[in-house]
Amino acid sequence: MPTVLILGAGSDMAVAIARRYASAGYTLQLAARNPAQLHALEQDLRIRHQVAATSHAFDALNFDSHLSFYQSLPAQPDLVICVFGYLGDQEKGQSDWQEASRILHTNYTGAVSILNVAAEAMAARKNGMIIGISSVAGDRGRMSNYLYGSAKAGFTAYLSGLRNRLFHAGVHVMTVQPGFVDTQMTQHLTLPPLLTAKPAEVANDIFKAAGKKKNAIYTKWFWRYIMLIIKSIPEFMFKKLKL
Amino acid sequence: MRKQLSNWGNYPALDCEEAAFSVDEQLQQYVDSHEHIIARGNGRCYGDASLGEHSISTLRYDKVLAFDEATGEFECQSGITLDQVLDITVPKGWFLPVTPGTKFITIGGAVASDVHGKNHHAEGSFSNHIISMQVLTGKGLLTCSPTQETDLFWATCGGMGLTGVITTVKFRLKKIETAYIKQKQIKAKNLDEVIRLFDEHKHYTYSMAWIDCLQKGDSFGRSILIVGEHAKENELNDKQRQAPLTLPAKGKLTVPFNLPGFVLNNFTVKTFNALYYAKNYKRVIENVVPYEPFFYPLDAIHHWNRGYGKDGFVQYQFVLPLEHKDGLAAILHRIGEKGWGSFLAVLKVFGHQDDLISFPMEGYTLALDFPVRKGLFPFLDELDALVLEYGGRLYLSKDARMQQEVFWNSYPNARKFERIVQAYNPGGKFRSIQSDRLQFNYGSNNSNS
Repeated sequence: MPTVLILGAGSDMAVAIARRYASAGYTLQLAARNPAQLHALEQDLRIRHQVAATSHAFDALNFDSHLSFYQSLPAQPDLVICVFGYLGDQEKGQSDWQEASRILHTNYTGAVSILNVAAEAMAARKNGMIIGISSVAGDRGRMSNYLYGSAKAGFTAYLSGLRNRLFHAGVHVMTVQPGFVDTQMTQHLTLPPLLTAKPAEVANDIFKAAGKKKNAIYTKWFWRYIMLIIKSIPEFMFKKLKL
Repeated sequence: MRKQLSNWGNYPALDCEEAAFSVDEQLQQYVDSHEHIIARGNGRCYGDASLGEHSISTLRYDKVLAFDEATGEFECQSGITLDQVLDITVPKGWFLPVTPGTKFITIGGAVASDVHGKNHHAEGSFSNHIISMQVLTGKGLLTCSPTQETDLFWATCGGMGLTGVITTVKFRLKKIETAYIKQKQIKAKNLDEVIRLFDEHKHYTYSMAWIDCLQKGDSFGRSILIVGEHAKENELNDKQRQAPLTLPAKGKLTVPFNLPGFVLNNFTVKTFNALYYAKNYKRVIENVVPYEPFFYPLDAIHHWNRGYGKDGFVQYQFVLPLEHKDGLAAILHRIGEKGWGSFLAVLKVFGHQDDLISFPMEGYTLALDFPVRKGLFPFLDELDALVLEYGGRLYLSKDARMQQEVFWNSYPNARKFERIVQAYNPGGKFRSIQSDRLQFNYGSNNSNS
């Protein structure tokens, strides 16, 4: 059975993705800063889906550790899904560099650092697949979350370039841009129920799109059209909006 | 996130903040940083037991921690729902020891309500099958069981979340050979007959009766008694025997929005009841059916609660002790006179129950739905007086409106329960609008004084 490595496995979206892949029989490698918190999930996946699962310590901000982390995995993963992210506090980040740099480094630099390692390994083997969870927030900077959004924009561009490069090595890269998802990350926000997806719906979209080797998807599907509209608003108007 | 929350009865609706957690640290942090909270599972209690200013949803805390397929011991986090447990255990030949009429409740909710099922007379309530559990109390995370920290254990079973947040539960499953039930349905002409039939069929593990409470005269209380046993493999037909532990696939219906309140009126309820009674054209029907329609007939219609309109409904469930079964007729007569029928009225016999604060007691329990309307609550207060007169009590998981004295006068251990709550939840950090309505005295929190 193929092996999937989930980076940032503690989040609600990651749990849903792990369960979706486990239900298809994949072997799971779960990675998060505090692997002790993953043991319940590990047991859960084994009992519900009769799959093998292991937990590993991984810190997105400790760039120097990424190579040794990847090399010490019990098996080279066939699929790497980069799920971790940090929404952070936009207002705080505007004046507090600690916060701003944590947002940028978690969502962009950290993701680039670990996916560079995975990409090298897969390119050398000439097979594998990488899925990066970016965000619709990366499509256009808005006053309410442009630190997060700009890091995700960078990540989306990175994934696009990586896809271009790895295509020639037989490795597929898929970009995922979720809209509102009902998770711990968005718990403090009041989200419109009709536009908000459950993590399991997002996980299912990802699983299905990955099976078809899609390049880039929005989830849920209608975000493609919402973002089309948002991207098409002329800048002289956009800057006057309070978004 | 702030939102309008209500439970299954859609009454009451409360503007409150709901948060969720998926790991222990998040729960601890939330408990530490909020003054008053109440745990909430899948929102299938009917009234206000899991509503509060800050409710903490357990639904993401849903991991299975252990399942011993040889002994049937199962351990999980409290937010997993019964349908998920069944999906995991039934294919391995294990069933829930006790299940209420819906599988969309959480294990934490099953403990906090100490749920009963059609097998109460034979196998007791859910608490009877718990090996141990962990509760995040006002004094920290504690493990309790029938032999350890017993005060906490018994005050948590049926304790409506007032001792703290139930985190993990270890319980015993029940061995089954098949996913099917061998059921028998018997028509009873009236209340006396159904009570006699209950007695004649008490050796069955599962039993309950659907009762038409709008009939008068000779057919007063006409019913269909439904009894059953887990089917053995040799009782299945050839097709079923090919995969005895797998249910046949089927679709789901949904009530997409709240129906206008007038849809369920006297006429439609009478028609429904008449059709339901007439569908069993023979007096006795015996057959083998999958476990789902037997245990969870209403789960096949998602959001059936919307049928009662946006004002919602209350489910009125009471129990009367065996020696006062005459009270059943008196209460049914009162409901019949009023003519405010119920879509669904369910009658069941409880066996002996010996614990602190759980609802069941040896006797008869009846559950009826009433759409919320003008004059309903005064009428239910009249019914409460009758229930009390006959030595009965009401189910807290269904309750959204009882007067506080009804509770304190009908649960003999209520004050003892309150003292234990004070010990584990000093100052009432864990409280709901139900416990406030019932005027719980939470005692004082020493660290604040």
